[in-house]
Amino acid sequence: MANAHSIDTGAGHGSVRSYVIGFVLSVVLTAAAFGLVMQQALGPTESIIAIAVLAFIQILVHLVFFLHMNTSSSQRWNLISLGFAVLVAVILIGGTLWVLHNVGAHMMSR
Amino acid sequence: MLHKTVSLDLPGSHDDHGASNTVLGFWVYLMTDCIIFASLFAVFAVMGHQFADGPSGKDVFELPGVMLETAILLLSSITFGFGMLAAHKGKSTALLAWLGVTFLLGAVFIGLEIHEFSLLIAQGYGPDRSAFLSAFFTLVATHGLHVTVGLIWMAVLAVQVIGNKKLTQRDLTRLTCLSLFWHFLDIVWICVFTFVYLTSVV
Repeated sequence: MANAHSIDTGAGHGSVRSYVIGFVLSVVLTAAAFGLVMQQALGPTESIIAIAVLAFIQILVHLVFFLHMNTSSSQRWNLISLGFAVLVAVILIGGTLWVLHNVGAHMMSR
Repeated sequence: MLHKTVSLDLPGSHDDHGASNTVLGFWVYLMTDCIIFASLFAVFAVMGHQFADGPSGKDVFELPGVMLETAILLLSSITFGFGMLAAHKGKSTALLAWLGVTFLLGAVFIGLEIHEFSLLIAQGYGPDRSAFLSAFFTLVATHGLHVTVGLIWMAVLAVQVIGNKKLTQRDLTRLTCLSLFWHFLDIVWICVFTFVYLTSVV
């Protein structure tokens, strides 16, 4: 197929540059998270907050540099479905923890 | 498939539209998969401290091994990316080479995971030991199962690409879906090593 290089599949293609940038950022963020925990640089609570923030940033890096998400109109429905999935995930995880924490407190099981 | 047959005699833009709908549909599937993983993470968050006098994460997790798995999966993400770049340029030989590297990395990842699981089970720390271990095995094995399915899919696509003389649009659409799947699994793994391994060891 002569036009194989110009096919638009609704997802961006990226470039060597964007993949390498994404990869380097991911390596740095992953190493930072493992380093923090293995060196025990911070207290337990601070460590957990710090690695959660690092994970959040790394997820954004992957979405932008590997999954080529952006805010262009051709990706509107990708973004909307991602937003909906994130909303459901937050309700699911947050709600579960909240409800079961209350159950635990009332049952005095922990 | 049907869409392609129907639109064969229409201008190219309709073909593109079909491919783009396929990729969007696959993306929506990935979002539902994301919710499956969210519920498994919720279960782990609740059960992660129910040790039933068994071992805690601190006792059984070995961070160097997890770091190696993470490095391999991350590397496989960029090699797949390079494969996709080759595919978009129509270079099927380069694509196959990158797919081969990605497949090897994925297979090593699965091998390491099976090794880790079998060591735990041999020590008597299988999924039946405590709620913590049940939740751990379910979550991590679900991710591993996804990676395994991704490997099978990759092999099938490679055979199809070898069979074709030139890369077709259908090949590209399928490769795009697999690349979304593969990078999505990497994102799930970020959450696994952060919220399962690292938080348990802190």
